[in-house]
Amino acid sequence: MPVQIYAELVEKVKLKDDIYHFKVKAPEVAKVAKPGNFIEIRVSDTTAPFLRRPISIYNLEKDEGIVEFIFQVKGQGTEILSSKKVGDKIDILGPLGFGTFKYENYEKISVIGGGIGVFPLYELSKCAKNDNKNVNIYLGFRNKDFVVLEEEFKKVSDKLIITTDDGTYGEAGFAINFLKQDIEKEEPDCIYACGPLPMLKAVRELAMEKNIPCQISLEERMGCGIGACLGCAVKTAKSPAEAPEYWHVCKGGPVFEAKEVEI
Amino acid sequence: MNTKINLAGIEMKNPVTVASGTFGYGREFNQFFDLNQLGGIITKGTSLKPKSGNKPPRVCETASGMLNSIGLQNPGVEYFAENDLPFLRKFDTAVIVNACGSTVEEYVELCKILNTLDIDGVELNLSCPNVKAGCMAFGNSYEGVKEITTKVRKVLDKPLIVKLTPNVTDIASIAKGAEDGGADGVSLINTLLGMKIDIDKKRPVLANNTGGLSGPAIKPVAVRMVYQVAQAVNIPILGMGGIINGEDAIEFMLAGATAISIGAGNFIDPYTSVNTVKGIEDYMKKHNIENLKDIIGTVEMN
Repeated sequence: MPVQIYAELVEKVKLKDDIYHFKVKAPEVAKVAKPGNFIEIRVSDTTAPFLRRPISIYNLEKDEGIVEFIFQVKGQGTEILSSKKVGDKIDILGPLGFGTFKYENYEKISVIGGGIGVFPLYELSKCAKNDNKNVNIYLGFRNKDFVVLEEEFKKVSDKLIITTDDGTYGEAGFAINFLKQDIEKEEPDCIYACGPLPMLKAVRELAMEKNIPCQISLEERMGCGIGACLGCAVKTAKSPAEAPEYWHVCKGGPVFEAKEVEI
Repeated sequence: MNTKINLAGIEMKNPVTVASGTFGYGREFNQFFDLNQLGGIITKGTSLKPKSGNKPPRVCETASGMLNSIGLQNPGVEYFAENDLPFLRKFDTAVIVNACGSTVEEYVELCKILNTLDIDGVELNLSCPNVKAGCMAFGNSYEGVKEITTKVRKVLDKPLIVKLTPNVTDIASIAKGAEDGGADGVSLINTLLGMKIDIDKKRPVLANNTGGLSGPAIKPVAVRMVYQVAQAVNIPILGMGGIINGEDAIEFMLAGATAISIGAGNFIDPYTSVNTVKGIEDYMKKHNIENLKDIIGTVEMN
């Protein structure tokens, strides 16, 4: 059950010029949140900006009641959010999304992320690793200036490959190429992906071609975040007899079985 | 202190309802508060058959508001009657079904079914700006509104509230059409037709190009229209458009609304509707108002 709370910002780290890592005290959220869940933040108590900002959960410290999220400053809302100071209270709604990452029934998983889409994959990888799963992670970034969280992901993986499009750091090329190479050798039980749409499409196609289960975390312009406004629609790949034409990222997702949605 | 009101024959414990399309069928918000606190719930726009809705993106933010083009996605009246109505009926709050269709016949068929259900009233949606057929096409002329209201009236014994579009030249004449057709009340305003362009892509943000504008940005337009309609008709008004607190609600009631709806305000804070109930009570205390209904339409013009 989601709650709306005013969570204290306990730690703020600037990861890059425009990327911030926030840790907030939100025991009610931390306690029940699952890998893949997100929160919605009201950055101002005025009506500018009007809507809440959906932001994925990066890490949960359940015992301490801490929820961590990382975001990039993209507009007015995230700009205001980035100006919050340690000690400030942040209006949070969460945890949101019934579609979360499921890893319990798999032993060997592959996790692939791109750019700022890598953040929600951390909690998944950490939980799976703690659960003694074999975790291979493939993270792609534009160039060396965009690479983040390498050490953190290293700790929660059996193998970590960092790629940059231009080869200025790690392996050169797209992360999916390295996932593909590894799949040729040994197929994982499930693939998990979050990142730019072209990457998600390619991963979905690869997984379907190889008949490997695949879970993807999606984004869409969102209104309420709780399944009431029906704004964040995503087309289902099921027949009309099985499901309505559209599901919603905030409710059915944000994580979907790749073959069940059209992207 | 008495906050009870009677809207078009529907007794409500307070004037605060939630607007169609912003509250689903109530389940999502029941996670946050007890729905018994609301005067009424206007359901998601419901049609005779299920509707898929429009392609995404369906929503985008604007200055102090948002555009939406959901396209009336809903599971259809049969599903509603079986799955959602029993849930809503567990609460002591008025249940008003927002009814939408593409043809006059569809509205009539739908209202025949609604007439047999355990609901408190019908809000006839003649004002959705996001679907090609029906809705706003009937809603933008006196004759169109009168005709469809008359036909629905013949099959519906329950309180009938007609929801009006603000995308017209003279809202008062449209309201008159509803009154002359036999409506028990009118609700206004639905969203204002708007558009937002992504200047990098040089395309509208919404897949449907245009959408309905809601939120505090439209409140002054809504208050003006509620006032104008209150002067033109003798049936009660359900007022809405950008209400996010008790003060906003009082403004609508002074302008002539008997009850109000919280719309986009539900999205920024799940508690907006119940906080509005509290805000109204605070205003009553501050101004020594015993009966809330006494303030309806009491604005004194300059």
